[in-house]
Amino acid sequence: MSMPTTAERPFTVDRSLLIRRLREVLPAQALLFEEEDLRPYDCDGLTAFRQLPLLVALPEDEVQVQAILRICHELRAPVVARGAATGLSGGATPHPDGVLVALAKLKKIIRVDPVSRTAVVQPGVRNLAVSEAAAPYGLYYAPDPSSQIACTIGGNVAENSGGVHCLKYGLTVHNVLRVRGLSIEGEIVEFGNAALDAPGYDLLALINGSEGLLALITEVTVKLTPKPELAQVVVASFADVRRAGDAVASIIAAGIIPAGLEMMDRRAILAVEPYANAGYDMDAEALLLCESDGTPEEVAEEIGRMTTVLEKSGAAGIRVSQNEAERLRFWAGRKAAFPAVGRLTPDYLCMDGTIPRKHLADMLEAIATLSGKYALRCANVFHAGDGNLHPLIMYDANQPGELERATAFGAEILELSIHFGGTITGEHGVGIEKIDLMAEQFTLAEIGAFHRLKAAFDEHGLLNPGKGVPTLARCREYTLARVGGEQNPTNPMNAPRR
Amino acid sequence: MDSLIDNWTARINDAAGRGGKLAIRGGGSKTFYGGREQGERLDVGAYRGIVAYEPTELVISARAGTPLVELNATLAEKGQWLAFEPPHFAPTATVGGMLASGLSGPRRQAVGAVRDFVLGAKLLNGLGEVLSFGGQVMKNVAGYDVSRLLAGSLGTLGVLLEVSLKVLPLPLAEKSLRFAIDEGTALQKLNQWGGRPLPISASAWHDGILMLRLSGAAAAVAAAERLLAGEGVDAAEAEAYWRSLREQTHAFFAGDAPLWRLSLPSVAPPQGFGATLIEWGGAQRWLRAGDARALRSAAAKAGGHATLFRGDDALKAAVGVFQPLPAPLAQIHRNLKHAFDPQGVFNPGRMYPDF
Ligand SMILES: Cc1cc2nc3c(=O)[nH]c(=O)nc-3n(C[C@H](O)[C@H](O)[C@H](O)COP(=O)(O)OP(=O)(O)OC[C@H]3O[C@@H](n4cnc5c(N)ncnc54)[C@H](O)[C@@H]3O)c2cc1C
Ligand SMILES: Cc1cc2nc3c(=O)[nH]c(=O)nc-3n(C[C@H](O)[C@H](O)[C@H](O)COP(=O)(O)OP(=O)(O)OC[C@H]3O[C@@H](n4cnc5c(N)ncnc54)[C@H](O)[C@@H]3O)c2cc1C
Repeated sequence: MSMPTTAERPFTVDRSLLIRRLREVLPAQALLFEEEDLRPYDCDGLTAFRQLPLLVALPEDEVQVQAILRICHELRAPVVARGAATGLSGGATPHPDGVLVALAKLKKIIRVDPVSRTAVVQPGVRNLAVSEAAAPYGLYYAPDPSSQIACTIGGNVAENSGGVHCLKYGLTVHNVLRVRGLSIEGEIVEFGNAALDAPGYDLLALINGSEGLLALITEVTVKLTPKPELAQVVVASFADVRRAGDAVASIIAAGIIPAGLEMMDRRAILAVEPYANAGYDMDAEALLLCESDGTPEEVAEEIGRMTTVLEKSGAAGIRVSQNEAERLRFWAGRKAAFPAVGRLTPDYLCMDGTIPRKHLADMLEAIATLSGKYALRCANVFHAGDGNLHPLIMYDANQPGELERATAFGAEILELSIHFGGTITGEHGVGIEKIDLMAEQFTLAEIGAFHRLKAAFDEHGLLNPGKGVPTLARCREYTLARVGGEQNPTNPMNAPRR
Repeated sequence: MDSLIDNWTARINDAAGRGGKLAIRGGGSKTFYGGREQGERLDVGAYRGIVAYEPTELVISARAGTPLVELNATLAEKGQWLAFEPPHFAPTATVGGMLASGLSGPRRQAVGAVRDFVLGAKLLNGLGEVLSFGGQVMKNVAGYDVSRLLAGSLGTLGVLLEVSLKVLPLPLAEKSLRFAIDEGTALQKLNQWGGRPLPISASAWHDGILMLRLSGAAAAVAAAERLLAGEGVDAAEAEAYWRSLREQTHAFFAGDAPLWRLSLPSVAPPQGFGATLIEWGGAQRWLRAGDARALRSAAAKAGGHATLFRGDDALKAAVGVFQPLPAPLAQIHRNLKHAFDPQGVFNPGRMYPDF
C-alpha cells in the first residue's frame, strides 16, 4: 500500500485558491480544512493506511456536488468520494492533493414505490435503511453486505457489493436499475433508467464496481424484492473442512440454489460463539449455513433435499432453525464474524479472493500451511456458495514486522486465488490495497485498456487517482520485482503504518 | 484456433491501416438487428467449441462461434440451462451473437438479462490485442466490468472470442395459466403480483389474453396455481407458446410492418399505439405501427426508450434504430468506442450512425 509516487502525482493544486473557490459555493460548515477536522477522514475500513486529504467537502445536495466538481475540474484537483468508509480496500482513502467529498448528508430516501417495486435514494442512504423503508410493503433490498447497518448505497454501487444472499438474489449490479451521477466536468449523467434496459452501451454495468473512478453517484434507483413468506436455515457441522467443502459442491450438483450458503472454519467458530451465542457446535472443524426461502411448501421440500445432501456428505450434526428468532440467531453468528475476530486481535486484514468452489478445501489447507509459515493466526469465513473467501489474518501492528508478515501472507492467498482460476477480489474492490496485484491478474494490454476506458469518462484522471488500476509503470516495476526474487519488496501492503 | 485469431488480427491491422471497415458476423441470425451491416465481412463462426463446463461450478465457457443450440444441448444433459432464455432467431445463432446483441427471452423480468449472467469475456480489440476480462467465478470486482459492458455492444468494441456464463438448474416444475382480461387490467394485475413472492417466470398479454408461467419447486408452483386461479394451459401448448415469443414466430411478429420494441417501467399505462404484445410483466411492449417520433417521446416520457427492432434499411436510416442519447452520454459512447477501437474498424453504424 504505497501511495502514488511523485511520477503518479502530477497534481499541483493551489490549496488556498481551492479553498477560496469552494467557499463561494458551499456553506461554511460544509468545508473542512483544519488538520484536526480532517483527521477523522484519514482512512476507511482499511485502517492500516491513513492519509490526510487536502480538504473535506460535505455537500448537502446535488447542486453543491456539481459546483465542487466544476471547480475541481477547472483547477485540476483530485476528487475522492466517500460514503460510510466501511470499504475494506482503501477505495475511500483520501488523496493528499485532493478534495474528499463525503456524501453522508445526501441521505434522503426520495421515493419508495411499492407498485413498481423500486426505491429512489440518495447515495448516502444506508443499505439497511432501504430495506426498512420498504418493509411495510412486504419488500426489501436484496444485497445485504454484513456492514449493512453502516454502509451506503453509493458505496455499494461503487464496489458492486455482495452479501450472504447473492448466490440466489444477485450482487448490487443485479439489483440497481438506474444510477444518476455527475461526470468530473460536473455534467449530469444517467446510467440505466426506470425500465429494465437502456439504449446504447450498458454503462450501468460499468458504473457498478467502478470504485469512484468514473463518476460521482448522486442518486440510485434500486429494485425491491418481495419478502419470501418463509426462510429457514440449516446449520451443518463437519469434522473436517474437506467434507464441508465437498458438501458445498454436492448441494449445487443436486440442483439446489440456496438463498445463502456460508462456511466458517474452526477458528472463526471459536471466535464467534462466545461473542454472539449463536448456538454453534464448538467441536466442529467447519460449519455450513444453508438457507432456503420461499413458500412454506417450497421451503419444506428444499430443506428436505438439503438435509439429505448434507447427511450424505458426512455432516456430523444438522440443525434446522425452528422459528424466525432461531434463524436470526444462527445468522447473527456469521454476521458478527468480523467484530468477533476483532476481539481476539489488535488488528486484522480481511482478504477477499474468489475461487471455483471445488478448490475450497485445497485453499483452506493452503491457508493453514501459510498460517504456520508466517506464524500468524487466520480465521476463515466464506461466502461458500459463491466461492468468495474472507480469510481474516490476525496481527498486531505494534509488534515490529507483524504487519509486513500479515501483508505477505495476504498476498500469497490472493496469488493462490488466481492460481486456482479465481480473482483477487470478489466484492471488496481493488482500492489501494490490491493495486499491485492487478499486475498479477491482468496483462499490460488489459491494464492499458482499463486506462483508456477510464479516460473515456475522466480525461485528466481526477476521479480517485491512484486507486483500482495501477499505472503501467507500476505494473512493470511489480513484475520485475516478482521475477527478481521470492520476497516481494513492492508488495502492495508493505508500507509502514503511519 | 490460434491461427484464426492471427488471421483476424492481420485483417484488423490491415483495415485499421487503410481506413477499412469490418462487419463481424457470427451465425448471421441477428443481422436484421441494429443498423445496416457495412464493411467487409469478418466471419467468426469457425472459432467455436465449449472450452470448459463444470456443472457444480454453475459456469460454462465457450468460444464465441459455438452454436447456441450446441451450448443449450450440453447444459440440458446436466439438467442446467441459460435461465434468461436467449432467443435464437435461427439455428445458426452463436454464443457471441447472443452476447453482442444482448437479447433475452421471456424469463428476463424474473431472473435477469444476458448481462446479468456474464462472468467473463475474451475480446480481440481494434488494436489487435487479445484481452481477457472477468473470469469463471461468481463474483469478481477486479478491474472495470468490461464483460458486462460487451453485452449488447453489437460488436462495435471488438471481436468476442470467448464467453463465460453463469448457468442455473432447470426448474423442477412449470405450469402456465391463461386469463381473459383487457390490457389495463393485465398491467395492473402483473404489477400487483410482482410485489408478492410468487414464482412467476414469464408473462405475456396480447389481444385480450394474459398468459402467465409459474416455475420452481413443485409445491410452490402448485400453491401459486391455486392462489391465482387462472385457466390451466396444456404443457405442450404452453411450451410452444413461450417458444413462439422467444423466437418471434408468434403470429403477432409476422409480416413486413416495422416492429417496435418499447422498454418501459412495468407500471407504465397502456400506450395506445394500436396492436400490442406485452411481455416481462409490462416492461417490454411490442408494437407494429406508430410514428417514430411519437413512440420515442412517449417511451421517454414514461421513463424508457423505443427501438426499431425490425424494419427496412430506409426506415432505419431515416429514424435510427436506437433511441438517441443525451449529449453527455453520446460523448461517453464515442470515447468508449475510441478506447476499444480507435480506428473505427468494427461494425460501423450498427448501434449509432456516428461510430
Ligand atoms: C464489518 C464489515 C463487513 C463487511 N461486509 C461486506 C460484505 O458482506 N459484502 C461486501 O461486499 N462488502 C462488505 N464490506 C465492505 C464495505 O462495507 C462495502 O464495500 C460497502 O459497499 C462500502 O460502502 P461505504 O458507503 O462504506 O463506501 P466507502 O467505503 O465510503 O467507499 C467505497 C468506495 O466507493 C466510492 N464511493 C462511495 N460513495 C460514492 C459515490 N456516491 N459516488 C462514487 N463513488 C463513491 C469510494 O470512493 C470508494 O472507492 C464490509 C465491511 C465491513 C467493515
Ligand atoms: C463500518 C461498520 C461496519 C459494521 N458492520 C457490522 C456488521 O457487519 N455486523 C454487525 O453485527 N455489526 C456491525 N457493525 C457494528 C459494530 O461492529 C458493532 O456495533 C460492534 O462490534 C459492537 O461491539 P462492541 O461495542 O463490543 O465492539 P467494540 O468495543 O467497538 O470493538 C470490539 C472489537 O471489535 C472490533 N470491531 C468493532 N467493529 C468492527 C467492525 N465494524 N469491523 C471490524 N471490526 C470491528 C474492534 O476492532 C474491536 O477489536 C458495524 C459498524 C461499523 C462502524
